[in-house]
Amino acid sequence: MESFEVSKKEEGKVAILYIKGYLDAHTAPMLENELQQLVNQKKYNILVNFNDLIYISSAGLGVFMGFIENIRNNDGDIKLSNMNPKIFRVFDLLGFPTLYDIVNEEHEALTKFNS
Amino acid sequence: MKKEKTEYKLKIPSKTDNLEIIRSFVSHVAELVGFNADETYKIELAVDEACANIIKHAYEKINNDHEIDLVIELDFDKMVIYVTDHGKGFDVKNILNKDVKEYLAEMRVGGLGIHLIKALMDDVEFISKPGEKTQVKMTKYLMKNGKLKSIA
Repeated sequence: MESFEVSKKEEGKVAILYIKGYLDAHTAPMLENELQQLVNQKKYNILVNFNDLIYISSAGLGVFMGFIENIRNNDGDIKLSNMNPKIFRVFDLLGFPTLYDIVNEEHEALTKFNS
Repeated sequence: MKKEKTEYKLKIPSKTDNLEIIRSFVSHVAELVGFNADETYKIELAVDEACANIIKHAYEKINNDHEIDLVIELDFDKMVIYVTDHGKGFDVKNILNKDVKEYLAEMRVGGLGIHLIKALMDDVEFISKPGEKTQVKMTKYLMKNGKLKSIA
């Protein structure tokens, strides 16, 4: 069965979400829920690590769109890292790289948050 | 002698739980026909988007009586996929005339799937007959310049 999992850790002022498996219209509410919890706790510096994500559809991308405005209005950001080329292409096809900070490695995003 | 078209059909309740089965069905057929992994992924994602749109927008309430009809038609040089629902329909012109940048600027999610479908497939047609059916017809060609895409 194609599952989806989110695990999280905190590194200083940054909350990191590790997403794994298949992110589609069925599993997107799980990610939405995790992001909502962070926003409720006023944690606005969020890094999402895509290393173990196998599949994404526009429902997954839509989750980020639902939060980014509010998070940036609170001086935070959602940064995205470790995407495989297949996943990145979906973001690219929809023009997301101009709107979101997408970096190769997790540490690059952490450096940006801390600078 | 002209070879007959082969058809594969799947009728499935319009629920997000079933997206996995839909993707698996479509990708298996695409692989069997000879599409490479990259093209198979594009087809799988385009069909996922078309079905997710139906699940989200076509029917007022989710129940098992609402179905998605999926028909895959194989011709010698192409795979044509028809995704059909019998829900409320949508304004095709309104969706197709919007630029993807407009959706992003408005932070709207709904139209992104349609833009992805158009970017991933070779030909896409939307047919909406309110009260009757809405159909997305998506085509992917197997051959490019007379050669199989997977080895071209």
